[in-house]
Amino acid sequence: MSGSVAAGAVPAVRVSGVRKAFPVKGGGETVALEEIDLTIERGEFISLIGPSGCGKSTLLRVVGDLVAPSAGSVEVNGKPAARARLDRDYGMVFQAPVLFDWRSVEANVRLPLEIQGVGGSERDARVREMLELVELGGFAKHYPHQLSGGMQQRVAIARALAFQPALLLMDEPFGALDEMTRERLNAEVLRVWARTGTTVIFVTHSIPEAVFLSTRVVVMSARPGRISDVIPIDLPQPRDEETRETDRYYELVTEVREALRAHHGPAAGSVASLERARAEGGIG
Amino acid sequence: MSAPAVSAGARPSAAERVGARLVRILPPLLVFVAILVIWELLTAGPGRRVIPAPSAIAAAVGTDQALLWRSAQATLVEALGGLAIGTFAGVAIGFATARWATARDVLLPIAIGASTIPLIAIAPIVNNWFGVLNPLSKMMMAALLVFFPIVINVTRGLVQVQPAALELMRSVAASPTEVLVKVRIPNMLPFFFTALKVATTLAFIGAIVGEYFGGTSDVLGRVVLQSMSNGKFAVAWAAILIGAIGAMLTYVVVVLVERVAIPWYTALRGDEA
Ligand SMILES: Nc1ncnc2c1ncn2[C@@H]1O[C@H](COP(=O)(O)OP(=O)(O)OP(=O)(O)O)[C@@H](O)[C@H]1O
Ligand SMILES: [Mg+2]
Repeated sequence: MSGSVAAGAVPAVRVSGVRKAFPVKGGGETVALEEIDLTIERGEFISLIGPSGCGKSTLLRVVGDLVAPSAGSVEVNGKPAARARLDRDYGMVFQAPVLFDWRSVEANVRLPLEIQGVGGSERDARVREMLELVELGGFAKHYPHQLSGGMQQRVAIARALAFQPALLLMDEPFGALDEMTRERLNAEVLRVWARTGTTVIFVTHSIPEAVFLSTRVVVMSARPGRISDVIPIDLPQPRDEETRETDRYYELVTEVREALRAHHGPAAGSVASLERARAEGGIG
Repeated sequence: MSAPAVSAGARPSAAERVGARLVRILPPLLVFVAILVIWELLTAGPGRRVIPAPSAIAAAVGTDQALLWRSAQATLVEALGGLAIGTFAGVAIGFATARWATARDVLLPIAIGASTIPLIAIAPIVNNWFGVLNPLSKMMMAALLVFFPIVINVTRGLVQVQPAALELMRSVAASPTEVLVKVRIPNMLPFFFTALKVATTLAFIGAIVGEYFGGTSDVLGRVVLQSMSNGKFAVAWAAILIGAIGAMLTYVVVVLVERVAIPWYTALRGDEA
């Protein structure tokens, strides 16, 4: 797509000096992001992790040009974020799948292509390919309400990939799913990432998930939201179930956990306990 | 798109579907017949009753066939005309209020205010404005009643869209027209049909109340009034029942159109209403 020509030294994402403050009713403001600098190379898989309210979603939305930063700038493939959005460089997956009830699975996946003006047989072929990619080839004619939550989220992923975005932004896409489904979808996302070579920014609350998926984990701290650590994940590719059992994997999980704890003791504890509760099925 | 067909793995045959439908229709049908029988038993025979027997009403339909048929047609035209006018105006204003915040601030309070005016109070005025002998005056009565639920629901359906859906459309750089056509209008349709179903009944009420306040004689409302004053209660009841049947048939038509227009919604709701 657009941008694929401008390869080379241009990073996929360059966030410089971004600040985001939301005005509060009755005066004052909430500072969600402060002094954010982050450069992401092409083909990286970046996870954002940090305590609730530290500004992960806000950062993702600033990068995706869904909200404007109060200060600083975001460049995607060497272009301002707004330009990149109009060039359709983004694929977004939200926490909830956000499917349209009135569209069949294939029609939901087709939506971005309709808007982009891709037509005819190319469009149909691409929709079929994306559905195969998330292993939903047999459900093209189904409607969202006939699918499970995990299947719906896979449809949303197929839709985000439909116009082969240069940058895939995912905000806790598997937060509402059980551990088994989540692990399966993690493997699926990695497979898609390896095949398409897109750059991914992935928000999560789960340390193991962040370590398993990423090339780098970006650790954020709260009030105001800042980047407190960037931890490179040097686990070999491709990753699979065995990766989760290696010593290096455990070391990195511990390293991320300690990075979270270092900058905000109690908050990191709450993330860890939230994660434990999720693993035990306490939090849906 | 029937959900049970999916879970069962195989589609039921046509015969099975007809059978299933009969099973569903049967209980209300039996109750209806039972009511008729009890009504007949309580009211048949000599003497004056508050309500005439079903057999007497049926006989009245036979003797006054021509008058009732003419009146039914006239009232149907008034009600359907009013339904069309009210729906059209309601949809138009609904789009305007959804599109422009200022329109919402100005028009919605007026619509709400207008809806609180008792229909009876303005019926003579509306008759006067549009001509008491002109069917348009009855159509306007019906349209007034129809208008309000349509405006409110169309506006609501266009405005109450998941914020995440709008963000999704923004992320793919959709134009405002695409957001309207691909998100807001499909989102609005179930709201619209819900309002339209209520509106069918309201259209008949509006038209018949308008008729009570004067106009041509061969309309259901006048037939009710005149037969009552002449002591022909069976004819009056025949006219009332014919009006009810007209409203019911219109309702059924709307339900059928809804099923064709938004099959995904009826499947999602999983009922047959
Ligand atoms: N639209 C908004 N208006 C006002 N304040 C907002 C808005 N969006 C976010 N905030 C504030 O910005 C801060 C960061 O919010 P954000 O949603 O980015 O956190 P998060 O890291 O994604 O949290 P979580 O892990 O719970 O999703 C919070 O204090 C929140 O209250
Ligand atoms: Mg968030």
